[in-house]
Amino acid sequence: MPNFIDRRLNPKDKSLGNRQRFLKRAREELKRVIKDQVKSDRIIDVDAAHGVPMPTDGASEPTFQPSRGSGERNYVLPGNKEFSAGDRLPKPEAGGGGGGKGRPGTGESDDDFQFILSREEVLDLFFEDLELPDMVKLSLKETVTFKPRRAGFATAGTPTNINVGRTMRNSFGRRLALHRPKEKELTAITEEIARLEAEPEISAKDRLRLKELRSELERIEKKRRRIPYVDPVDIRFNRFEQQPLPNANAVMFCLMDVSASMGEREKDLAKRFFVLLHLFLKRRYERIDIVFIRHTDEAREVDEETFFYSTQSGGTIVSTALEEMIRIVEDRYPSQIWNIYAAQASDGDNIIGDSEHCAALLREKLTKLCQYYAYVEIIDERETEIFGSTDNGTALWRAYRTVDGEKSNFQMTRIAKPADIYPVFRRLFARQPATRTRK
Amino acid sequence: MARRATSGLLFQGSDWNFATLSRAYDAIEQVALEEMGLSVYPNQLEIITSEQMLDAYSSVGMPLMYQHWSFGKRFAYEEHHYRKGHRGLAYELVINSNPCITYLMEENTMAMQALVTAHAAFGHNHFFKNNYLFRQWTDAGAILSYMDFAKKYVMKCEERHGNAAVEAILDSAHALMDQGVFRYRRPPRLSSEKVRERARERLEYEEQTYSDIWRTLPQVAENRDPAEAERDASERKKVLNLPEENLLYFLEKHSLILEPWQRELLRIVRVIAQYFYPQRQTKVMNEGCATFVHYTIINRLYDQGRIGEGHMLELLQSHSNVVFQPDFDDRRYPGINPYALGFAMMQDIQRIATEPTAEDRDWFPSFAGNGDWMETLRDAWANHRDESFILQYLSPAVMRRFRLFQLHDRSSDRFVEVASIHDERGYSAVRSALANSYDVAANQPDIQVMDVDLLGDRQLRLQHNVKRGILLDEGSRDATMRHIRHLWGYEVSLAGVDAQTGRTVYECSTAKKPE
Repeated sequence: MPNFIDRRLNPKDKSLGNRQRFLKRAREELKRVIKDQVKSDRIIDVDAAHGVPMPTDGASEPTFQPSRGSGERNYVLPGNKEFSAGDRLPKPEAGGGGGGKGRPGTGESDDDFQFILSREEVLDLFFEDLELPDMVKLSLKETVTFKPRRAGFATAGTPTNINVGRTMRNSFGRRLALHRPKEKELTAITEEIARLEAEPEISAKDRLRLKELRSELERIEKKRRRIPYVDPVDIRFNRFEQQPLPNANAVMFCLMDVSASMGEREKDLAKRFFVLLHLFLKRRYERIDIVFIRHTDEAREVDEETFFYSTQSGGTIVSTALEEMIRIVEDRYPSQIWNIYAAQASDGDNIIGDSEHCAALLREKLTKLCQYYAYVEIIDERETEIFGSTDNGTALWRAYRTVDGEKSNFQMTRIAKPADIYPVFRRLFARQPATRTRK
Repeated sequence: MARRATSGLLFQGSDWNFATLSRAYDAIEQVALEEMGLSVYPNQLEIITSEQMLDAYSSVGMPLMYQHWSFGKRFAYEEHHYRKGHRGLAYELVINSNPCITYLMEENTMAMQALVTAHAAFGHNHFFKNNYLFRQWTDAGAILSYMDFAKKYVMKCEERHGNAAVEAILDSAHALMDQGVFRYRRPPRLSSEKVRERARERLEYEEQTYSDIWRTLPQVAENRDPAEAERDASERKKVLNLPEENLLYFLEKHSLILEPWQRELLRIVRVIAQYFYPQRQTKVMNEGCATFVHYTIINRLYDQGRIGEGHMLELLQSHSNVVFQPDFDDRRYPGINPYALGFAMMQDIQRIATEPTAEDRDWFPSFAGNGDWMETLRDAWANHRDESFILQYLSPAVMRRFRLFQLHDRSSDRFVEVASIHDERGYSAVRSALANSYDVAANQPDIQVMDVDLLGDRQLRLQHNVKRGILLDEGSRDATMRHIRHLWGYEVSLAGVDAQTGRTVYECSTAKKPE
């Protein structure tokens, strides 16, 4: 008799420590890859597992290997079909499957090997240069919480969840349908038997009656045994469904100036800003729609691809984007049902005279519609020195400054590098415990 | 033990439970021990999930392993291929230990569990217990407790010296794993737990009592006469036991900069490399033996009416997948399949022993027609490794069946030449070429420590004996040299010397070349 051991229930993730060591080693390279991927990903896809190519830099394990292009070798191969001794075969050019194939195992191609990073690992790498406080990182990575909710009945479950009422109802119905002899009948017969037996003298008729009664009693008892009071088929359990905690819907508007003055760097920063906003919202809302509005001198709703990658020339009229947003909100996202968030990214350029119009739109309409409106102005790194946090700046900046103090759900800031992005969210995050709901 | 009548199926349906596993085990054991005369270590069968199998893969098949990033990399790699469906997992994994541990995957059907039990718990197990390489070079009883010690020791070192320091040593040691085995000299046995404990205590005592003040003592006067210095040097060389083929051993014993705990880490890596060395030399035999044993046992059980026809078909299908050998021009060709070659040769030995042809009598006079194929096989399993097994037992019949041919490839030519094929003139040449390709020692670069210039710049001089003009890949060579330098503490140089002519083919060094 051998020794059997069931190891299936041993703790999982035995190699997790090894994986973490490996990730740490390849961290720089992975970070670069993730950054590139985030650049080309759709906003909602950032928050998911990513496949990345095997890092090569930190992860090589050199050993002494014979080089392929030198020396004399003998190979023995199976499956000769037409060769005889002395035949000469041309060497295959580059890695063809022909005769001179090398020893297997050394040159296995790793090209298609994708290394899967989990959502947590991706976010870790993504957050690294955004300089988020640890508490924020943690709560962003938190997954949705579930609450068990009663949802009907089930035929299987744990004994603690037995629904007695439903079980007894089934049992009752079954007993009726199968004519299970009642307790009353049973006692009536036993009493009559007892009465007849108690009589000192029994007539022949009574004796017959007694015999009948006894066989009747036996039949009833047998039937009662065959049809149990509660049968396993009667039993019903309360069924619970894991329900995500109720969250309202949210819509996120991304507004961006795409005129020629917005270059690659500006768009990349804007995108990171949008991604982060999306992550924040995702934590709080079950469903988030994203609307992309880009504008030059006219605004249009576009898909994400067009939003980030296609260029359009023209002047710059910011108010067109705001008007487009208002139109879409009235059209599709009534503000009593939807939580509306908006993020606007721009380099601050605007046609003369339009900025005041924008500020008015913002003050009168948008801040009333929105939960939160963020304006980021993407500036050159050198300009941070000059502007700091002063009121000086572009016309749009100056116009928006008038709204800033007035409305609590409006935020504006200048960003020049990734680390500047987070402070924009600080207020949004701080307000988190007491969310304003509009119902 | 439940002895059942020899009729009646061992199991029905495809689901297994511990009762059917144990019933099948008993039946298999009966055939294996009583009819085939196998001799095995006590068995321990463990049921694992696919994730645990991946774990075992990535830690080189050991149930216990210290932590290192390279295992994480391997795990990710295996998992990727498994998930993509590029390759399935093995049905089992067996560890050369006493008791012999066999992992069975929970996904296997009952029929597969029976096959796997016969394959691993009896085939491999018999081979581990009886083959001379394993008997002489590994210590099945001690390996698990040694691995337990290794894991804890590495963990302790990480706590005391930090992950990075430990990792650096292990990285370098892993780079030299192939050069970390004794090929010709018998390695010292794994000492018992107690002896090792004592040695470690002594080391720790030395560490504690070390006083830096001794270093400040004035050096002995330097001007000795050159003849004496010369004599000293050659004496040192004798003491160092040069030349030395086991680089890890040499560095562990004689490195000038390593701390005791670092030497112990090198030793751990070296012991593991040595433990696996016999397995690398006996792939064909080991798998052939296990496949032959499961095939024989399963057929025997079928003949006894203890395995149903449906299960038999399932098993035969899986068996023929295992011993499938694609041709060289097939896209699936991964090299010669050790299962296929080993199984074919062993079946052929059975045939030669029972019904030999005239050709067989000519080639194998010693056992052709002796009738006792099991004894012949047991003898082969016990006393050979792949190279000698092929050299002695590969018959013309098998060469013809595999249609083996030999290619001669000279890097300077624009063509490869078919040197010999499976015909009367070519049999011996093909056979010895194939045998040679299984000689692990001959196919790995032969690199040895030649000299240490302890009186001068303490440079470690290595020599690569270049065989058949095969050089080293330069990128990985230089990276590996840097690892050696890391362990040695001073510059390291490597000279490639042609084994035939004695000419120096190349020279390289970790020292920066003066420009």
